[in-house]
Amino acid sequence: MSERVWVIGGGVIGSLFAAHLSRVADVTLMSRRTEHAAAVSENGIRVSGRADFVGRPQATTDPAGLTEAGLAIVATKASDVEAAAAQLEGRLVDGAAVMTVQNGLGAEEVVRSHGPWPQLSAVTFMSGTKLGDDHVEYVLDTPTWLAPYQDSPLELAEQTATLIVESGLKAEAMPDLEAARWSKLIFNATVNSVAALTVLPHDHHFAEVEEPTDLGHLVRGLIEEGKLIAAAAGIELGEDPWEMNVLATQRGSRHYPSMLEDVEAHRRTEVDFITGALVREADRRGVDAPLLTTVYRLVKAREASYL
Amino acid sequence: MRVTIVGCGAVGSLFAANLAQVDDVEVWAFDLDREHVAAINEHGLQLSGAGEVLAHLRATTDAAELPPSDFGIVATKCMHTAAAIEATASAFTAGAVCSVQNGVGNEEAIAERVERVIRGTTFPAGRVVEPGHVQWDVKGDTTIGPFEPSPAGMAEVERLAEACTRAGLPTQAVADARGPQWRKLIFNAATNPIGALTGLTHGRVCEDPGLRRLVSQLVDEGKAVAAAQGIELDADPEELIDHAARPEVAYDHKASMLQDVEARRPTEIDYLNGGIARFGREQGVPTPMNDAVTTLIKGLEASWAT
Repeated sequence: MSERVWVIGGGVIGSLFAAHLSRVADVTLMSRRTEHAAAVSENGIRVSGRADFVGRPQATTDPAGLTEAGLAIVATKASDVEAAAAQLEGRLVDGAAVMTVQNGLGAEEVVRSHGPWPQLSAVTFMSGTKLGDDHVEYVLDTPTWLAPYQDSPLELAEQTATLIVESGLKAEAMPDLEAARWSKLIFNATVNSVAALTVLPHDHHFAEVEEPTDLGHLVRGLIEEGKLIAAAAGIELGEDPWEMNVLATQRGSRHYPSMLEDVEAHRRTEVDFITGALVREADRRGVDAPLLTTVYRLVKAREASYL
Repeated sequence: MRVTIVGCGAVGSLFAANLAQVDDVEVWAFDLDREHVAAINEHGLQLSGAGEVLAHLRATTDAAELPPSDFGIVATKCMHTAAAIEATASAFTAGAVCSVQNGVGNEEAIAERVERVIRGTTFPAGRVVEPGHVQWDVKGDTTIGPFEPSPAGMAEVERLAEACTRAGLPTQAVADARGPQWRKLIFNAATNPIGALTGLTHGRVCEDPGLRRLVSQLVDEGKAVAAAQGIELDADPEELIDHAARPEVAYDHKASMLQDVEARRPTEIDYLNGGIARFGREQGVPTPMNDAVTTLIKGLEASWAT
């Protein structure tokens, strides 16, 4: 499978995909910023941390070349999926596939509303830190899970997972990833919101439950609400989000969740698509979620203070 | 009558300078800020703003210098109460000590070192603008009463109230001073941490319907904990919160906890929401929202150390 892959969005996840895949496919990274595209065209993307190489994708801000692509990986923030999907419309050929890899819920539906392409749902557990437009640090080498969306064939997920694995990243194809997606959603809604409000990286504080005022109590309370919402939605969770939390803090990486980085940089966060998605689901299902509602409102208000 | 002010920041200075104006009151001030103490001893303690006062009093950083006093007025930040009263207790072996601090739990800490304790709640506010000089921003009433487990006598409480009132700080002596204290506590606990976590002024917190609901949830938990103790609030915190949100009152006010957070100073969260949660646990009243904001603020404080 030697195909033309377009990666849309050059954040941490987009950069990691573009750099790795450029070693096994003809890859173009599409960024919104000309200086970003110029830096990648000139220097490639340096990957450090879990890997050490310079990937050489092409880079552009111009969607015209999308007509050539066989696979488009939409790796933008959740709030930018609509704009990315609009660029695919009328360019990406009908047989080409689209893979979405956003946090939260709903990216697939947004893409579907712009075209009939076969689609893949993906959830990625890998993480990293952007050290520059042309440099990404690969921090957690945990896998990306892929599943067919609606009536797309499982083979498409399997082929794409194989390509990703050949490129040096971890990936697995499965028939259905709702369980994994919900585990990650509950984990992210909790950890990212708490990090954004406390300015703490995801460190040992998140798992502490000794004193009544320890942060772990709030983290666990948020996760418990998330589990109730999942149960009401008929979802059987994959990994236990509390265990994911404890394990991640024990790894000692002190990861800075993107929502914290966004708040620190006074950017709009993904809170509507992560914590907000859970709160909306709770409302729809008639589940009481006072703690998730509270952190959601607080992060929204924090944004309002600088936007 | 001799009064020693323990903690001569903004509120302590308002009491120190005003009381020193009264003929039959001798005022001492204890504070750890050397520059502030030196300025008070050299040039006097100056208030400007809501009232213009230049007071002459003795200030010291050395508790051993304090003479025996009839009254102590503790005005430190809550987290310094225990250390401050431990240092100064020997000046109050024959006296009564009154807290005019924020939050709950201060009287309990004072009672560990002093026999006769007065519960107090005060509304005047200001800020130290330079050593020896305090800007007096708002006037307001003070209510004091015997602290039930280690009470000062009512006659003593009345004597202190009368002196403060003559000094220009209207003060009421009451048998049960918990109502005003919990009213102020609930007001502060429902608004301060929201400002601190979001960066929004009081008015902006109140005009966001979602946040305003959160404020009410915090108020309701505080009211339930007060009711479980048999405390009757002297006013509804909800009305005070809405009143303060008006443009001509405190719409643009940044909560003191937000100012603390911006300056990365330890906050009084343990004595506000943490205090409501602690009393709630004692009374068997759940306080999930107060617990949540307490852990968030404490997490924020922890982030400064990392």
